[in-house]
Amino acid sequence: MPNGVPITAKEIGTEANPARPGQEHGTLTGWIQDLVFTVDHKKLGLMYLGMGWLFFVVAGTMAAIIRTQLFVPNNHLVSPQAFNSLFTMHGTSMIFFVAMPMIFGLANYMVPLQIGARDMAFPRLNGFSFWLTFFGACLMFFSYVGAPGLYGAGAAPDVAWFALAPLTSRAFSIGTSVDYWSLGLLVTGVGSVTGGINIMVTIFCYRCKGMTLYRMPLFVWLSLVTMFLVVTFLPPLSAAQIMLVLERFFGAKFFETQAGGSAILWQHFFWIFGHPEVYILVLPAFGVISEVVPVFSRKPIFGYPMMVAASVMIGFVSAGVWAHHMFTIGMSSYSITFFAFATMVIAVPTGIKIFNWLGTMYGGKIRLELPMLWAIAFLFQFLIAGLTGIMLGVAPFDWQLNDSYFVIAHFHYVIVGGIIFAIFAASYYWLAGC
Amino acid sequence: MEMNWNCGSRHGHERQTPVRFRFSLIQRNRSILGVAALTLLTLAHASAQDSTIRAVQNIFDPLSAPAEILYRISLLVLATCAIIFLVVAGLLTYAIIRYRRKGGADDLEEPPQVYGSAAIELAWTVPPILIVVVLVLVTARTIGEIQKPKLPNDAEQVRIIGHRFWWEVRYPKYDVVTADEIHVPLSDRSKRIATEFVLESADVIHGFWVPQLNGKTMLVPNHTNTMWVEPYKTGIYLGNCTVLCGAQHANMLIRVVVDTPERYQQWLNEQKATPADDQSVEEGKRQFIANSCGACHDIGGTNAKGVFGPDLTHFASRQTLGSGVAANNEENLRSWLQDPQVLKPGCLMPNMKLGDKQLQSILAYLRTLK
Repeated sequence: MPNGVPITAKEIGTEANPARPGQEHGTLTGWIQDLVFTVDHKKLGLMYLGMGWLFFVVAGTMAAIIRTQLFVPNNHLVSPQAFNSLFTMHGTSMIFFVAMPMIFGLANYMVPLQIGARDMAFPRLNGFSFWLTFFGACLMFFSYVGAPGLYGAGAAPDVAWFALAPLTSRAFSIGTSVDYWSLGLLVTGVGSVTGGINIMVTIFCYRCKGMTLYRMPLFVWLSLVTMFLVVTFLPPLSAAQIMLVLERFFGAKFFETQAGGSAILWQHFFWIFGHPEVYILVLPAFGVISEVVPVFSRKPIFGYPMMVAASVMIGFVSAGVWAHHMFTIGMSSYSITFFAFATMVIAVPTGIKIFNWLGTMYGGKIRLELPMLWAIAFLFQFLIAGLTGIMLGVAPFDWQLNDSYFVIAHFHYVIVGGIIFAIFAASYYWLAGC
Repeated sequence: MEMNWNCGSRHGHERQTPVRFRFSLIQRNRSILGVAALTLLTLAHASAQDSTIRAVQNIFDPLSAPAEILYRISLLVLATCAIIFLVVAGLLTYAIIRYRRKGGADDLEEPPQVYGSAAIELAWTVPPILIVVVLVLVTARTIGEIQKPKLPNDAEQVRIIGHRFWWEVRYPKYDVVTADEIHVPLSDRSKRIATEFVLESADVIHGFWVPQLNGKTMLVPNHTNTMWVEPYKTGIYLGNCTVLCGAQHANMLIRVVVDTPERYQQWLNEQKATPADDQSVEEGKRQFIANSCGACHDIGGTNAKGVFGPDLTHFASRQTLGSGVAANNEENLRSWLQDPQVLKPGCLMPNMKLGDKQLQSILAYLRTLK
């Protein structure tokens, strides 16, 4: 507790074997009960990571099918509709059911340990967040079974992960696949926001004595910035999903252009979530790299205050760049210039980070162990991700690159080369012994 | 690149003429050849259509004024990023190799524990800021060049309306309506001819992209966008819809046919005329109307006045059917009439379940709509 009131292990549910009425021990049922009832931050952290790996395999298989389909022109491996579903589910799953849970898993596992707290501030909320995230994922995947409904129309959502209105309206997406998509993300979104609040409160109120904000490990700092972004920018997505559900079920006209709605409104809502989302994912990855690089270089992190300042700056600026996803919708020259400027400005703090990692390695004695190898791979991949990001930020160049494989390559450098590599580094570094 | 760019800012008034683009440093040699070839070609067939298909959708081979502006800035950005990549990746590689653990006695000592340095931090913060400032200025300038062009007053205007999964093409000045294939005149050194595209959508969001002519622009329902092209070479330019619009998004292909001004005028006149009444296909015409094809399709001079599907008045004059999904020949058209879902699964035209005789007569009729 912040005021130094001690909490007993029993209160926060972290004692070794909390007795629960009716729980069996040592059997499969008991194990499942433990999984379901647990409020332990480490177990939940591992469950988040497990969920991430599970959907990583599922969505990775989808990616393999997509690539096989694209192997030769005019391939008929899957139908056009199935192909659209595949990349929609691949994209949505990788972002919301792979990268997000893994980020939350790592934060869940590491943040209380790194700040000397016994558990998260709200352990039950923590369990709630995990299960909402997991059920959201299950709900969306249930669309493969449930969505054909009465219409016999396509099974899984097939509107791309950004689901541009008005393609998602009743007129163009019959059946219930889009409803599974939006409700699934709504549920997952609530799970993420509660998880974000939980981690923020934990960091603000549960640090051990003497750990001021400026003594926090960088992973904790970056988790904090990340969770600020989660709490600020997930709600616009949830709001958009609610609008979409209202539109599809109750005839609201937010995005219905024939009734005076705006197709562009959806894009503003989606991308004001969608861009900070990239930073939600990549900032904890920065945190991991900022932990691994100093340890395996046997030097303290170079320029800690600058690293913190750069992270906070990335968090702030990321709020003002969303329309760079919309350079081709016909915005005014002034808006485009502003968003191009804001986008490129992000390169400055990001550059500071890369240089500080370089500064940390410089003059050290680098042990090329597994976590460090992943971290080094991250540095190179992320360098490419950042530089291609600059190219996309130059709006006129973006007019050629937008909606092409260049963008896909760019964000796969961020998400695979950046985030997944960092998660590998973190897993080998922190979890190899558990 | 840099030089080129400065040159443009000093002689801003010249920027509007395509001549300057053609003779920019990088383009000079190739363009002279191109112009020479073009002149020969124009002399040889004053009114024949150039059917060179510029199939390589290459943004680094721009053949239109705006595409060339984008090409120039892309080279600048690519060069800048390549240099940054080489420097940073080089430093990283150096640090990793030079400061790797050597083992043995060396392992016993800690390396110097450096916590940071304000001077060094400043040294690697200022250059990125300067680079960003330069890029932002170039970006702002280029945005203006593309979005606020001073087009000649007599610029052609083409209305392009995106449908799932085809393009409606209208020439308001000439009262011509066609689909999927957009004819535009060639720009000339002596007389600049620009074409403005007015982009609208009838249903969902689409994206119009012909890389060698200009960057992409979305077609948004209830929201009119414009873009312009000013092509340097005749031929057929290919493009795609770039925003997922449904099952057949991938086959929502664009063909821009760049003609010499004379050939372009001739094409317009052909399209304006009502197709001649051919008595031999009267039965096909009757079947076309009787099978309610006219509910979706328009054929000039008949009762078919539908607007949901592509205008078929001069269907046989087009090179492809189904928005570029197949060549417009008898075999493909037969397959299409039997069941459009074979060539283009998911397209909005249903299988009309035509009988053999009906199909044959409609096929013959459509083939006469030159």
